[in-house]
This record gives sequence, C-alpha cells and structure tokens, in this order.
Amino acid sequence: MSALVVVLTLPLVTALTVLLLPARARVPVVLASSALIVLAAGALALAVWHGGPVTLAVGGWAPPLGIALRADGLAAALIMMSALVMGAVALAAQFELTPDRVGARMGFGFWPLMLLLWAALNAVYLSRDLFNLYVGVELLSLAAVALVALSGSAQALAAALRYMIFALAGSLLYLAGVVLAYGAHGTLDIGLLAVRVPAHTDALALGLMTAGLLAKTALFPFHVWLPPAHAGAPAPASALLSALVPKASFLILIRLWFEAMPDLASGAALLVLAALGAIAVIWGGVLALVQKRLKLIVAYSTVAQLGYLFFIFPLAGGDGSAQPWAAGAWTGAMFQALSHGLAKAAMFLTAGIYIAAIGSDRLGDLRGLARTLPMTGFAFALAAITLMGLPPSGGFTAKYLLMTSAFAAGQWPWALVLAGGGVLAAAYLYRPIAALFAQRAQTAARPIPRAWQAVPLVLAALSILLGLLSAIPFDLLQIGRPAPAQEGL
Amino acid sequence: MSLTVFALTGAALVGLGVYGLLALPHLLRRIMCFNLIGSGLFLFFGAAGARGAAVDAIPQALIITGIVVALSASALAVGLVVALARRTGHAALPDEDRAP
Repeated sequence: MSALVVVLTLPLVTALTVLLLPARARVPVVLASSALIVLAAGALALAVWHGGPVTLAVGGWAPPLGIALRADGLAAALIMMSALVMGAVALAAQFELTPDRVGARMGFGFWPLMLLLWAALNAVYLSRDLFNLYVGVELLSLAAVALVALSGSAQALAAALRYMIFALAGSLLYLAGVVLAYGAHGTLDIGLLAVRVPAHTDALALGLMTAGLLAKTALFPFHVWLPPAHAGAPAPASALLSALVPKASFLILIRLWFEAMPDLASGAALLVLAALGAIAVIWGGVLALVQKRLKLIVAYSTVAQLGYLFFIFPLAGGDGSAQPWAAGAWTGAMFQALSHGLAKAAMFLTAGIYIAAIGSDRLGDLRGLARTLPMTGFAFALAAITLMGLPPSGGFTAKYLLMTSAFAAGQWPWALVLAGGGVLAAAYLYRPIAALFAQRAQTAARPIPRAWQAVPLVLAALSILLGLLSAIPFDLLQIGRPAPAQEGL
Repeated sequence: MSLTVFALTGAALVGLGVYGLLALPHLLRRIMCFNLIGSGLFLFFGAAGARGAAVDAIPQALIITGIVVALSASALAVGLVVALARRTGHAALPDEDRAP
C-alpha cells in the first residue's frame, strides 16, 4: 500500500521540487527520484503478484463518499512498464537535453513536465472514480501538450495547439458523459456503477465518454494531431508521448467497457470500435510507408500499432466475454500495449541519438550510420522486431494471442488485418533499417557516449524479453481481471 | 422548474460553444468556446445533481475542481496562442483560414 502511495505522490513532489533546485542539482535529483519510483513500482507489482489487487480508500472514506484507488494486475503491469520507460527516458535525456545543447528553456522545462506526466499516468492507472480519471487525464494532456511545445518553434507550437484542441474537445465530451452518469446514478465509482440500476441515459453517457477518449487515444479518424505532435517534440518527449500517453486513455476505455458498464456493449458498437482500429492499422501503415523522416515514420507507426488494441472489443467484450477465447484476446491486447510502449520508446530514443549525431533524421542522411553507431542500430532493429510482431518478441505474443482468439471466435477478418498490419510494419521499418545498414556512410557522425547508446538498447531488449518470459506478465495481467474476461482459452 | 431553466441554459451554452468551435478559426475565440462548453456542462451538472430538496455537495465539489482544471487548461492554451502569434503573426492554425 505504501508503494502505491509512493508511485502516486513522489513524481508530483519531485516535479515541484525540481522547480526550486539550482541547475546543477536538477538531474541528479530527478534520476534518484526516478530510481525510487521504479523500485516502488516493482514493489507494487510484487505486492499484487503475491497478495492480489491492492486497494486504498483515500482518507479512510469508502466509495461513494470517498475515492478508491486500486492496483490490479493490469494497473501494476502498466505502472511497471511506464516506470521503466520513464527511467530510461530520464537517463537518455540527461545526455540529450543539456542546457548548452538545446537551450536553457528546454533543458529546464523537460524535467518537471516529465515528472508531472508520470504522476498523471499513475493517477489514471490507479483511479476507480470517473471524475478522478477526468482530472488525471486532463493533467496528462496538459503536460503532454507542454512537452510538444517545448522547442518553441512555430511548427511545434502549431502542433501543440492542434493537439490541445483535440485533447480539450475529448475532455469535454468525456466530462459530458460523466455528468450524465452522475445525474442518473448519483455515483461515479466504477465498482458501484457496475451494479447500478440501468438508466436510459447510460448509452448516451458511455457513447460521449468513448468518443472523447478515442480523440485522446488518436484512433482513426481522430489521429491527425498525433504525427506532427509526436514528431515535433524533442525525442525523449516523443518517446513518452508515443509510448505511454495513449495507453492511459485506452485504459479508461477498458475500465468503462469491461468494468463499469459491460452490459451496454452491443455487438454493433464493439464492431465499430474494432473496425476503426483495423482502418488505423492499415492507414497508419500506408502513411508510414511514404514518410521521409525517421520520426514521422515512427509516429505514423504509433497510429497503426494503437489500432490493434481495439480488437479487444469484439473479441473479449459484449457477448464474447463469456466465450473461452475472451481471456486470450484480453491478454493479447494488453501485451500489445506493454510491448509497444517499450519498443516505441526505444525507437524514439534511437531517433534522438541519430539527430544528436548528424543533426537530421531524414532517411537519406541516415545511410550507413549502423557502422558508426552499431549499438543504436542494433537497438532500432530489435525494437522493429517487436513492432513487426516477429517471434520471440512481446509483439509476437500479443499478435499470436489476438490472432488465435480471432480464429477461435470465427472473426477471421481481424486475423487478416493482424497479418496485413505485420507485413506493412515490416515494409515501413525496412526503409530506415536498409538506410542504417547501408554500405557507405553519408554523413560524418559526432561521437555519442556509450551509456546513452545503451539506454534504447536496454528498452528494446526488454520488449523482446517480454515475449521470451511472457508467462510472468501473463499471470500478472490475470490478477483482478474484470469479470467479463474470466474464462480461460 | 428553475432546475429545468438551469439545465436548458447549460445546454444552450454548450450549443453556442460547439458552434463557435467549428466556425471560428481564431484560436482565442476557440479557447473561449471551450470555456463556454465547460461552463454549460457545469451548469447542467449542478442542475442534474440537485435532486430533491437536499443539496448534493458532490456535484459542487466536482464543479469547483472542474473549474480549476478548465482555468489551468485555458492558461496554457492562451500562453501557446500568444507564443504562436509572436512567431507567425497570426493567431490561427497554419492550414486554416487566417484570422484578422
């Protein structure tokens, strides 16, 4: 329980402390605090592993009067993944975002914003109250928008404002749904909403909340803000934005559709969600194929990879929830969230290294860089294996589970999209890999410290390990799984 | 009766805000439209939450929290708009109609 409090409050406290610290003390304090939070996340995961879900009623008040915080296996896994990504990004950013390299504003601004983002993520993962989730996701959006705007160029500011318009519209749609739910039931606790007396406004409330969260998750056709925002931010910020931020709003969708209002999941609604996901996989992949800059390829790949997550809805939700394949689909989508987070963070960090080395991320300029920076080239290739879904990576486990569930459910079109998306990923990632491993180097590269190069390599290796040791996260995800996904395949 | 008036006023504010959001390219107006929608929702929330004679404190607490959230979001948005206007001379997103 104390670990739960630490992961929730320590990022927030450190974010405020960093504002007061002199420049020299900033990075050591952030790194020390990050290490503590990673340890606390590990302790929380262990506590959930051994003792089941950890629950905390804030101030000793039980819902509906108070607000409940609960770490189930899914929340613990996401907190652990986020802690690893955040820790790695902090390690890379201490090399990349030094004040003499990127200017005083970015060198200062990144650290409190990163910690605020971390606090908001953990708050969203742990909250069991719809309004608390609203505040968490809003704090998340504000920190994310500020990270996009960090470089201060006109392009970055326009991308940040476009992102903000989508995020604010999403928040207001979600808030409208929350208002309707409270008006009908007088409670916003997810556990109490699950046992509510159904009201005729429920469908509208769920629809509004879902539409708002889709805009924040950047599901097709709400994805237009994502590539300029993620490609315009400094690379460590892009890693956070792409790997972690969409997972928070996706988790709220899971909480709504599987825990708060599973009875409303009609076949047609679930089909629409997954169909949008399928279009995102194909469309994001096709657009990634025609980009000329590495960061844009990686950003469009995020649009595609997020699409897979939505296959969970027809395979594990609604009537499908009682079927034997539901557990496989549910766990597969969560594996996709975890492995994409690790691999995508690794990829953006390698892009940051390339930009630091040659001052550009155009594919033509990247030619032959794997010779001068072999560790980074290897890290990129490992992360690519996960995104393509090749064995033995975490991405393979995710797609294998989703595909077997799709066949078992007789919904083979999703399996086709999974296969097609894998081929597209291989195609759009082949272009940067071919450039990196080309024979002759195009540009002379500045030297990059080995410790910096090792950071994305560790993340990429973790995303492979997730597949090799898939039994441990698999069992962790089962702890406290919502009732609609109880049966095993 | 008065609750219905509050709820209808809230709905009208949301409608105005949505119209402005779609019709006005000037970013400052868009931010004001977000605030209109937010205020409308809070008004509706207060009306929908006040059931029976007793006052329900939870919507009030949530509305106050929501106002604080909206305030910080607006502050950040205005800051970004000012920075963008200084850089480009226009307070509108690049590929949309340029605001006067």
